[in-house]
Amino acid sequence: MATVTEAPPLAPAPEKKPPRKRGRWTPYLLLLPGLAWLLVFFALPMVYQASTSVQTGSLEQGYEVTWHFSTYWDALAEYYPQFLRSVLYAGSATILCLLLGYPLAYLIAFRAGRWRNLIMILVIAPFFTSFLIRTLAWKTILADGGPVVGALNSLHVLDVTSWLGMTAGDRVLATPLAVVCGLTYNFLPFMILPLYTSLERIDGRLHEAAGDLYAKPVTTFRKVTFPLSMPGVVSGTLLTFIPAAGDYVNADLLGSTDTRMIGNVIQSQFLRILDYPTAAALSFILMFAILIMVTLYIRKSGTEDLV
Amino acid sequence: MAFVNWLKRNFVVIAGLFTLGYLLLPNVVVTLFSFNDPKGRFNYEWQKFSTDAWTDPCGVSGLCSSLTLSLQIAFWATLGATVLGAMIAFALVRYRFRARGAVNSLIFMPMAMPEVVMAASLLTLFLNMGVQLGFWTILIAHIMFCLSFVVTAVKARVMSMDPRLEQAAQDLYAGPFQTFVRVTLPIAAPGIAAGALLAFALSFDDFIITNFNAGSTVTFPMFVWGSAQRGTPVQINVIGTAMFIIAVLFVLASMVISNRRSKQKA
Repeated sequence: MATVTEAPPLAPAPEKKPPRKRGRWTPYLLLLPGLAWLLVFFALPMVYQASTSVQTGSLEQGYEVTWHFSTYWDALAEYYPQFLRSVLYAGSATILCLLLGYPLAYLIAFRAGRWRNLIMILVIAPFFTSFLIRTLAWKTILADGGPVVGALNSLHVLDVTSWLGMTAGDRVLATPLAVVCGLTYNFLPFMILPLYTSLERIDGRLHEAAGDLYAKPVTTFRKVTFPLSMPGVVSGTLLTFIPAAGDYVNADLLGSTDTRMIGNVIQSQFLRILDYPTAAALSFILMFAILIMVTLYIRKSGTEDLV
Repeated sequence: MAFVNWLKRNFVVIAGLFTLGYLLLPNVVVTLFSFNDPKGRFNYEWQKFSTDAWTDPCGVSGLCSSLTLSLQIAFWATLGATVLGAMIAFALVRYRFRARGAVNSLIFMPMAMPEVVMAASLLTLFLNMGVQLGFWTILIAHIMFCLSFVVTAVKARVMSMDPRLEQAAQDLYAGPFQTFVRVTLPIAAPGIAAGALLAFALSFDDFIITNFNAGSTVTFPMFVWGSAQRGTPVQINVIGTAMFIIAVLFVLASMVISNRRSKQKA
């Protein structure tokens, strides 16, 4: 009966605020330093990079803008396998993240009860151990002849995966499987948190209503829970796919020269080979490819008001 | 049959706990191997139990100086990004102004961009400008990519705030400054704290952007990256484990405090 004594809920706050007479310049002053920072160190670098990508020259003699667009074609022709691999690995990792992350997000939102906060902490706390250290730990977990590889071997899982070209013989390390496994691991929290946020908003009575209308649990999930969690699914997949597509850490630490992704190429072109125009062109292609994919995806999933 | 039914009812719990295990397994390994006494230069195979690394966490040259540097950069980057980001968030929620859409997309873009693209283009800028790479370029880059996350966190909190509270303060003759400090800021504080915590974690753990823009300066993630090539000291695991424990204790303590406060209020 506690609810009876509670004060009646306040009327909703007025949406439109009266325009302020004083401080017409206040919003601009508040915006100025932060936006200037983003313009100078985020937007301006893009312009510089665009210009670098159409320059020719050498480190010794300096570069000049010559509108040499064939850098783009040459880069694509040479590195399209790495591009395809990035999309493939990042796509697989995103799907795995969704499959693994959804049950955990659901568990935290609906079934955890008083364990909810503890599980939340356990999802977030690993962030504080540097992700490089945790990725290196996968080297131990997936080590040749280790318990994980042994178990997969005795279950004949490795036979299937090596037939599919995901592993090589008795090894998991230095194969595509290891890289996808590492990518999935690293970006899983970015899937779980948005999923949890949108699941948590769902009114539990909707589940009861579906049950009252004789929906089986599976039907309830398919017709009620999943559609209502779509905003979380969309932002989770984006937050997983975008960083995974540009990542080079997992491919470097857990993979081999056969698993190089586009991030690895950009990194080595920029920091080791010092071929700036090619590196700039590659990074522009990656940016546009991702922008196009993301736009199409958001259109298709029909949640344009998401961002 | 009873078992099958139980399995059906608890499928989501089992699958969820499996995922939780997948998330925590590397941390278990990191902790376990912080007590290892490896034979070679690499700490990937279990040899024998030892507490040497725990008693001498700074025993590897360069490790603790890189950790100090990372903490310093994370501190200043958090401060910078939180102040700039909170200002933007207040402007976005509380004021009407031109070019709002453009501002929103400029803030959204860094979060939707692969890190390697931002890293490479920022390096292009620094190279073109002839800027010496080091502490300052890392700090600039970290403030840049933390900013958007702070804006998002603070915006969410300020948006859910009742504007009538500020109007009430003004009706009670509080000036704009007093209203801000006594009313607005305390209500927005949890959002600002969340943004700051996120910025700290992102900056402290950042590798890709730092790798491009650090020059020869070595932050903690850079140190770990280098050691993956040259040989991984056990001390890395000690630091990783300690950070994990500190984070868990920190969160638990803040939860206990907020629980107590809400009980006092009730």
